[in-house]
Amino acid sequence: MSKPIIATASLAGCFGCHMSVLDIDDRILTLIDLVEFHKSPIDDIKTFSKICDVGLIEGGCCNSENVETLREFRKNCKVLVSVGECAIMGGLPAMRNGIPVKDCLEEAYLHCPTVDPADRMIPNDPELPIILDKVYPCHEVVKIDAFLPGCPPSAELIWKALVALVEGKPLDLTYDLVKFD
Amino acid sequence: MSKIKFTVDGKACIGTPGQTIMEAALANGVYIPALCRYEGLKPAGSCRICTVRVGGRPMAACTQPVSEGMAVENMSQELEDMRKALVEMLFVEGNHMCPTCEKSGNCELQALAYRYQMLVPRFPYQFPARSVEPTGGRLLFEYNRCIQCLRCVRSVKTKDGKAVFGPLGRSEKKKIGMDKELASKLSDKDAREAMDRCPVGALLKKEVGFVIPIGKRKFDKTPIGSDVGKTAS
Repeated sequence: MSKPIIATASLAGCFGCHMSVLDIDDRILTLIDLVEFHKSPIDDIKTFSKICDVGLIEGGCCNSENVETLREFRKNCKVLVSVGECAIMGGLPAMRNGIPVKDCLEEAYLHCPTVDPADRMIPNDPELPIILDKVYPCHEVVKIDAFLPGCPPSAELIWKALVALVEGKPLDLTYDLVKFD
Repeated sequence: MSKIKFTVDGKACIGTPGQTIMEAALANGVYIPALCRYEGLKPAGSCRICTVRVGGRPMAACTQPVSEGMAVENMSQELEDMRKALVEMLFVEGNHMCPTCEKSGNCELQALAYRYQMLVPRFPYQFPARSVEPTGGRLLFEYNRCIQCLRCVRSVKTKDGKAVFGPLGRSEKKKIGMDKELASKLSDKDAREAMDRCPVGALLKKEVGFVIPIGKRKFDKTPIGSDVGKTAS
């Protein structure tokens, strides 16, 4: 049997959840034996060339590019997992959800005291992804199959979840594994 | 004094007249999950986490008096799933961002979510537009996290007995108001007690924060309710 294939992505996140994947320490050597990594910032593979077994999503959707990436992952991954607070509920970026986008952009690019007065403009290059009206949890954009809470989820939780997925066994969620910070 | 015989999930318990189901159950070492309840305060029955079933009817254990022969259903799968749903509703109804909250680890709402292993709420997030009220003397009111349990309304008073907090408005517009003038009169100890009584991170004492390191906070290793029954005779 060929190795299960894992893809990962960071949307509106801080890469902390990816760091937590690396926090499994020397078990990463075992993981490399067990699975193959495909599209991921870890190996810098940028496009899907095959269907993956597991997709790990860090971060919520704050712009059009996040939505496109997430939909691409949904098409190419059999099991899609929301990893961490931001993917599950928007997290820190979602603190802007109560503020109109216009006010956010004006504060950041026009009125902020550190903006050079000669250079005050809201970025509008057509190359830039369009910012969404609010930050969306991943499961409100596509179907998500599993959720790993935490900020970041502990290396232990990520490890146990990956082993459970690879072995096709249920995950034993003990009290210490489910934490939101 | 006469005794009342009742059962919780089949366990024989003894209560006294005037006790609520909650008080009597706790005295018998039985844990009923609760959130708005606070030892020593008059019950509010506002959160409904402590809902139990008696004779097929749901009732709030914190307000319903215990009576002779009651067969209380507490830890059934149906009730526990309903409680989990209530916790999830509270999470989506406000803006509860645990990683940014200094009550994290000591928060009773979060502790219930841990207890029920809430990985994601089943309801869509509301992201309501709420504010922070920083001008309450030593206290700061974080409206994003308020769950309207009424603990502060019931207990935070000035020395001359005036209530510092009170409900304002009705229905979905209801919020807890803070009298800034009275709040500014609260002593350091009063402010600390008010913060400790708040089950979530809505009432915070200024100028301190994140004092207890991760791993040593109240619910880091011990699930909420695990102290019940340990000290009961």
